[in-house]
Amino acid sequence: MITIDRVSKTYAAGHQPALDDVSIQIDRGDFVFLVGSSGSGKSTLLKLMLREERPSRGDVFVAGRHVNKIPNWRVPGLRRDIGAVFQDFRLLPGKTVFDNVAFALEVIGKRRHDINTSVPEILELVGLEGKERRYPHELSGGEQQRVAVARAFVNRPPILLCDEPTGNLDPVTSVGIMRLLDRINKTGTTVVMATHDDEIVNQMRKRVIELRGGELIRDQVDGTYVREADE
Amino acid sequence: MRLRLILSETFGGLRRNATMAASVVLVTFVSMLFVGSALLAQQQVTLIEEDIASQVEVDVYLCGEVDTTLVANCAGGGVTDEQESVITDVLENGVVSDYVVDIVRVSREEFYALLLDHDTIGVIASSSAEDFGPVLRIQLTDPSYFAYIEDAVGGLDGVADVTDQADAFAALFAVLRVLTIGSIALAAVMLLTAVLLITTTIRLSALSRRRETTIMRMVGASTFVIQLPFMLEGAIAAVLGALLAVVVIYAGVVMVVEEWMRDLVTWVDYISAPDVLMIAPWILLAAVLLAALTSFATLRRYTRA
Ligand SMILES: Nc1ncnc2c1ncn2[C@@H]1O[C@H](COP(=O)(O)OP(=O)(O)O)[C@@H](O)[C@H]1O
Ligand SMILES: [Mg+2]
Repeated sequence: MITIDRVSKTYAAGHQPALDDVSIQIDRGDFVFLVGSSGSGKSTLLKLMLREERPSRGDVFVAGRHVNKIPNWRVPGLRRDIGAVFQDFRLLPGKTVFDNVAFALEVIGKRRHDINTSVPEILELVGLEGKERRYPHELSGGEQQRVAVARAFVNRPPILLCDEPTGNLDPVTSVGIMRLLDRINKTGTTVVMATHDDEIVNQMRKRVIELRGGELIRDQVDGTYVREADE
Repeated sequence: MRLRLILSETFGGLRRNATMAASVVLVTFVSMLFVGSALLAQQQVTLIEEDIASQVEVDVYLCGEVDTTLVANCAGGGVTDEQESVITDVLENGVVSDYVVDIVRVSREEFYALLLDHDTIGVIASSSAEDFGPVLRIQLTDPSYFAYIEDAVGGLDGVADVTDQADAFAALFAVLRVLTIGSIALAAVMLLTAVLLITTTIRLSALSRRRETTIMRMVGASTFVIQLPFMLEGAIAAVLGALLAVVVIYAGVVMVVEEWMRDLVTWVDYISAPDVLMIAPWILLAAVLLAALTSFATLRRYTRA
């Protein structure tokens, strides 16, 4: 589903590479934790998959696409196959929960009729039924992140990329989000989650890929994560 | 539906950035006012030129007694009937006859009467009709053929002088042309101002909606869907400005040209309100292109994939 083939990424000439000769293979239906301290290159790796950045060297394949080679006009198609969730939720404050989720479908040209059936479905899946008409500022952090997950997944993409989705949440709320992601993964969706939250990683017992200074230092099924002392 | 989404984004944008929209409306209004005025000024000058061109004549002055010592062709005294028929024959049947539309003969008596009319110091009154020759007023198919007429008859016996009335208007045309070029230059500067302001406005508008466009990019909206609302916003504001400009120019032509100048200077043709309607579509088109191209160029840098 996702292949990272000997990828290096250097943002500015002369600087340390953000990723250094990284190769990863992720299959359909996998749940993968991408761990490593801040600055280790986790977000960069996710951005390469989304074609927000391009590798300096190596190749990226996602959902059957040669991501670093496709022309710009095919990037929207790639992104429709990837749901993305971020630490800062990225909701539109002026839109209700329903409209925030519906927006993602509207802008890719889905019919109103389809929107009216799939949005309530997904809101039920993420546990937000009854809160459709609330605005983001009327929700807790955990609920806001559920809206973001709903928006990312409403189009049922085969891949979900999450960049520190629990980074702004307390441990209890984080567990709720993790359960949600696990449930989504059980539907066959490939989930890649960048985090440096060792508790969550150790609870879930999933595949763990660890980066340090842009280098892949561990790829372990059923992995754990021990944070480095400086964090 | 995508159209509804795009329209709601567009009008939402216009509402939220009302001040920016207003500035685009105004700058388009002013620049299109200049562009429209320059176009009309150009048309008006052309009208005057054509008008005068159709009226100016070449005057062939035949010899009178007074010319005898002054002009070589008149050494034999006043023009004789034979000399005059040779001259008339050249004009009516010679090579230059193709350029001649009409010849009006002003007899010495008529000419003398005309001179008397304009004489304020009494120098004409002290002379007589015999002192002057008759005048042949020639209307040409095109006033620029003057030189041919001068070549054909200027050297004939009995011809005192050949003059081109167009000479008298040359200075006027020069002034009008400078004014027209000035108005075009001013319009160009205004257009540049409009481009710069619209660029800034669209950029601010795009920045103020970064959150939306970021989400749109993230969920895979096409570049077209992301950019179109901004372009439409600019285009709608520009069309409003251009319409305003057309209305003001129309009112200006009706009030200044039709109601005032037409009675003030009566001997020229004027542009009229329908002429404004003729240039209106071009002004609107120019405004839309101005806004669309400017926003296209700006957006490529601010909302690209
Ligand atoms: N847009 C950028 N321009 C320059 N350097 C960047 C950029 N984004 C990230 N970096 C650098 O790349 C390295 C990896 O960053 P990142 O992928 O964000 O790590 P993580 O998500 O693991 O914290 C860091 O040293 C960071 O400073
Ligand atoms: Mg990061």
